[in-house]
Amino acid sequence: MTTLQLDEQGRLRHFLTIEGLSRDWLIRIMETAQSFGSVTAQSVKKVPLLRGKTVVNLFFETSTRTRTTFELAAKRLSADVLNINLSVSATAKGESLLDTIRNLEAMFVDMFVVRHADSGAAHFIAQHVAPHISVINAGDGRHAHPTQAMLDMFTIYHHKQDFEKLKVAIVGDILHSRVARSQIQALKILGVSEIRVIAPETLLPASVTELGVRAFHNLDDGLADTDVIIMLRLQKERMQGAMLPSEHEYFQCFGLTEARLARAKPDAIVMHPGPINRGVEMDSQVADGPRSVILEQVSHGIAIRMAVMALAMGVVQRGAVA
Amino acid sequence: MKQSLIAELDVNGLLTALETCLREQIQARKLENPLMIGIHTGGVWLAEYLHERLEIEEPLGRLNIAFYRDDFSRIGVHPEVRPSQLPSTEDRDIILIDDVLYTGRTIRAALNELFDYGRPRRVILGVLIDRNGRELPIQADCVAAHIDLASNQSIKLTGPSPLRLELHTLET
Repeated sequence: MTTLQLDEQGRLRHFLTIEGLSRDWLIRIMETAQSFGSVTAQSVKKVPLLRGKTVVNLFFETSTRTRTTFELAAKRLSADVLNINLSVSATAKGESLLDTIRNLEAMFVDMFVVRHADSGAAHFIAQHVAPHISVINAGDGRHAHPTQAMLDMFTIYHHKQDFEKLKVAIVGDILHSRVARSQIQALKILGVSEIRVIAPETLLPASVTELGVRAFHNLDDGLADTDVIIMLRLQKERMQGAMLPSEHEYFQCFGLTEARLARAKPDAIVMHPGPINRGVEMDSQVADGPRSVILEQVSHGIAIRMAVMALAMGVVQRGAVA
Repeated sequence: MKQSLIAELDVNGLLTALETCLREQIQARKLENPLMIGIHTGGVWLAEYLHERLEIEEPLGRLNIAFYRDDFSRIGVHPEVRPSQLPSTEDRDIILIDDVLYTGRTIRAALNELFDYGRPRRVILGVLIDRNGRELPIQADCVAAHIDLASNQSIKLTGPSPLRLELHTLET
């Protein structure tokens, strides 16, 4: 199957979305990430895989954590990294997106890592770049954030191994969340037994059940017997849209506390893509508690991003994955 | 392209020869508390045996050079690379073990990786087979057997138990 992100031999050309990838592909990405684990144990935390390659972090929307971990991942693969913050750069001068891309191509770069506020931006760039350039989606609008979803799967895998048995709850602003969308796709591909979304009605898409998930409007009900709890960041800018009464009230209804966590399984893990709004999505007690794997997610983000970059930049040995 | 097996060699005799040579090297060069490192996969199998026979105290290191190969851009990354397991190599005497020394590119990659774990004091190399076809100026300190092969022939170690050396001819 040829898609924009897989070539005719089934190799990864771009990494734009979880959608359409096979279970074998998700496993391959996680296994590759796992094998990069030893790099951080080296005194020289680098492997020479992408030596001489130039990776451009093309961020049309600011993000500290995602950009930093992509930058570190590229550097640990020995690539040269260029960070371009376009929210304040060329586009402000009226340069079109394609002109920006053409100019960077003329500088002989090899990979674009793209973050954009518009859904489909990374796909658009992938359709128009020179054939030797790979595009990685670092989050586009409300559409997808595939490396975040993969690092979340990788974190779950480290704690739970067997995806088929898991009940996973995603809590918060599902409506606006590209993270949730990619997570749901990945969890379905990996075959978890149940995916729940827990949110006020105003923050759930109208067609949410078509995604193959169970919707809850009550946190206590939704958390019962879950193995993994993924809290989403409440984007404060949504407050102005009259979608929520107040942060305080949100916390009262949907904030994760020790007492509420007790509803989940005793070995349930708590995740959050960061940055956390303490006292809004969750209590500090939970965020810093023994069940929280939030900082592990950050470390795994580097390994996953190394894996995706290495897979997209190299021809995958032993051919395609089914 | 098809491979045909044309010979199998006895590994036990060769292993004993390699062990004897390494023992002499350790004494003659006064290697202190040496760290033995096998190169994945064949080198690790041999190193597991030699590590025990030579009574080396330090746990065996395992080196996977997949991320250090010079042909990555041609063949890509193998997804199931087992991570290297190495302590710091800083100021250590190291005995590097591999099955077949051929072009020298594997050893070049292994040395590069070793240096990313520290600056070793000395590195010696022991291999079961030294075959012709070197492309880099690299040689082993201990070799159990030298073999001249045609360029369409290959020799490889299979294992881990039993360990066998297989000689193949590639027929096009």
